[in-house]
Amino acid sequence: MAYFYQNPALRWLMRNPIWGFVLIVFIFFSLASDHFFDARNFQNILVQTSTIGLIALGMTLVMINGNIDLSVGATLALAAAFAVDVQSWAMFTTWGNWQILPAVCLALLVGIAMGAINGFIVWKTGVDAFIVTLGAMLGIRGLVFVYTGEQSFYAMNFAYSDFSALSVGPLPVLAVIFLLCVLAVHWLLSRTVHGRNTYAVGGNREAAVNAGIRVGPHMMINFMIIGFLAALSGVLLSTQMGAATPNLGRDYELWVITAVVLGGTKLTGGKGDIIGTLGGVLAIGILRNGMNLMQVPAFYVYVILGSILIAVLFLDKRFNASTDGGLRL
Amino acid sequence: MLMTRLKAGGPAIAKQGILVAFIVFMIAFSLMSDRFLSADNIMSVFRQSAIIGVMAIGATIVVIGGNLDLSVGSMLSFATVLVVDLHDKIGPELAIPVMVLATLCLGAINGFLIGILRLNSLIVTLGMLSAIQGLVLIYSGGQNVDIVDQRGTWFAIFGRGAVFGIATPIIIFGTLALIFHIIMTTMPFGRRVHAVGGNPTASVFSGIPRSRVVFMTYLISALCVAIAAIILGSRVMGSQNNVGQGYELQVLAAVILGGTSLLGGSGSILRTVLGVLMLAFIQNGLILMGQPYYTQWLVTWVVIIVAVWLDVAAKRGRLFSPIA
Repeated sequence: MAYFYQNPALRWLMRNPIWGFVLIVFIFFSLASDHFFDARNFQNILVQTSTIGLIALGMTLVMINGNIDLSVGATLALAAAFAVDVQSWAMFTTWGNWQILPAVCLALLVGIAMGAINGFIVWKTGVDAFIVTLGAMLGIRGLVFVYTGEQSFYAMNFAYSDFSALSVGPLPVLAVIFLLCVLAVHWLLSRTVHGRNTYAVGGNREAAVNAGIRVGPHMMINFMIIGFLAALSGVLLSTQMGAATPNLGRDYELWVITAVVLGGTKLTGGKGDIIGTLGGVLAIGILRNGMNLMQVPAFYVYVILGSILIAVLFLDKRFNASTDGGLRL
Repeated sequence: MLMTRLKAGGPAIAKQGILVAFIVFMIAFSLMSDRFLSADNIMSVFRQSAIIGVMAIGATIVVIGGNLDLSVGSMLSFATVLVVDLHDKIGPELAIPVMVLATLCLGAINGFLIGILRLNSLIVTLGMLSAIQGLVLIYSGGQNVDIVDQRGTWFAIFGRGAVFGIATPIIIFGTLALIFHIIMTTMPFGRRVHAVGGNPTASVFSGIPRSRVVFMTYLISALCVAIAAIILGSRVMGSQNNVGQGYELQVLAAVILGGTSLLGGSGSILRTVLGVLMLAFIQNGLILMGQPYYTQWLVTWVVIIVAVWLDVAAKRGRLFSPIA
C-alpha cells in the first residue's frame, strides 16, 4: 500500500484513470489482433482520431468554462462545404493551387463566426448554452442544406484531396496538425491568463465576477476557439474524402462529449484538462479501430461506448464520494 | 423603453409569450398563403405533429422533474423497428404489448441510473442514445423492416385510420395531452414532479420519494415513445433502423419553445403542445410559401433563442444579461 502512494507513475494514473483504460485497451488489442500492433495502424488511429480529437480540444475549453456546444457537427459540415465549394468559384480559376488558400481561410472564418454568434448570444442574453447551441445545431445544419442545395460538393483540385496523404517524417500530416493543436490548447489552458480565468469562471462564476474577471469575453473566446477547431476538423475531413456532404459530422457532438467526459472533464465546469481529453479521444479511437480489426460489427461499438460512458460516470461518482477525506483503497 | 415595459408587464408577457408568438406566426402565414388556413391543411399539420407531440409530452414531464432525456430518438427507432418486425412474426395483438414492455424496460434503465443511482441525466441518456442505436442495428442486422400485408392488417388504424372524420394520431395525441395535463396539474404525482424538479433537497425533506418520482418520469417518457412508435410504424408500415435519429432535438426544441425551464420545476403540457404545433406550423407555412425544406430549421433557430431570451429577460426584469 505504501508503495502504491509513493510510485509517481501510479499516482499519475490515479489522477488520470482514462490513461489506465487506454493502456489496457492498447495491450488487449495488441494481444488479441495480429494487425493492431503495427506502425501503419498507429498512423491510422491518429488520423482517425484527429477529426473528433480537434473538436474535443475545443469542447474541453467550453466545458471547463461551464458551457456546452452542441452545434459543432453542423459547423464542421458548413466549413467543409465552404472549403470545397469556394475553390471552384470563377474568380479563383486562374489561381492554380493557390485557389485552396482563400477557400480554407473562408471556411475557418465561417467556423469562428459561428462560434462567435453562439458565444455572443450566451453572453448577452444569458440563455443557457445548452439551449443556444441546440438551436444553432438545427439552424446551422439548415444553413448547410440551404447553401449546398442538399447536394454533395466534390473537390476538383487534386492537390486538395492529396493533402491528407502527405506525411511529415513518420507522421501523417493530419496527425501532426492534431498534435500541434493539442500542444497549443494545452499551453493556452495551463499557461495563460485566459486559461486560468476559464477555470475560474467555470468553477464559480459568482466568485469570478467578484474577482473582477470579465466573464462574457472569456466565454465568447472559447466558443470562437471551438468554432475554429470544428471548422479545421471539417476542412481536414473534406481533404480526406475529397468531398463535402451536407450530412457530414452528424452525431459528432455526441462522440466529442463522450470523449471529453471520459477524459474527466466535469459538465458542471471548473474541472478537466487536455491530457485527460487526449486520453478520452485515444480510448475511443483505439476501441473503434481495434474492434474493426477484429471484425466486430460496427453496431457493437455503439453499445460498448454507451455502456462505458455510463460506467465511467458511475465509477466517478463512487470514487469521488469516497475520496472526500483522501484516497482509500 | 423596452426594458421598462418588460419590468412593468414582465410576468404577463412571460406567461403568454409563446401564445403571442404563435398568433403572430399564424396571422403572418395566413396572409402570405391562402391555402394555409384551410381545414385540410390544419388537420394535416395536426396529424404530422402527433408523433413529435406524443414524445414531447413525456419529455416535458422528465424536464419538469429536473432531468433531460436525449435517448428518446433512438428509443423511437428501437420501438418502431421492434413493433414492425414482430407484427409479421407474432401478429399485432402480441407485437404491441411486447414492444411496449421492451421500451418500458429501456425507460426503467434510464430511471434506475438517473433516479436511483443519481447519475447525471444528460450523460446517461447520451450514453443510452448510443447504446440503443447499437441495439437496434444488432437486432435488425442493419436491415430495414417492412410489414408485408399492409392493407389487411388492423394495425393500420393507429396511423392511417380516422374516427368521426378525425385522424387517429390526432385523437391519441389530444387524449394523452389532456390526461397528462390533468395528472400534472391536479394530482399528487404532478405536484411531486414539480417539487422534485424545483428543489430536490427540499422535496426529500418534505418526505417526497425523490428517486421513485424521477424513475416514474422516465417510465412515462418511455411509454410516450412506445405510443409514438405505434403511430409511426402504423403510418409507414415499415421502418428504417435510424428512423428516430434527431427526434430528440426536435422534441426538446418543442419543450423549450413551450416555456418549460430546463432547470426543472416549471412547465406545462399544454404549452408544450403549443410549442409542438408552432414548430409544425412554421414548417408547413414555409413549405407552402415555396421555401426549401430546411429553411424551417433556420427559422426554428431564431424562434427558440428569441422565445427563451424573452422568457429569461422577463424573469430577471432586464433585456440583456448582467454578465460583464
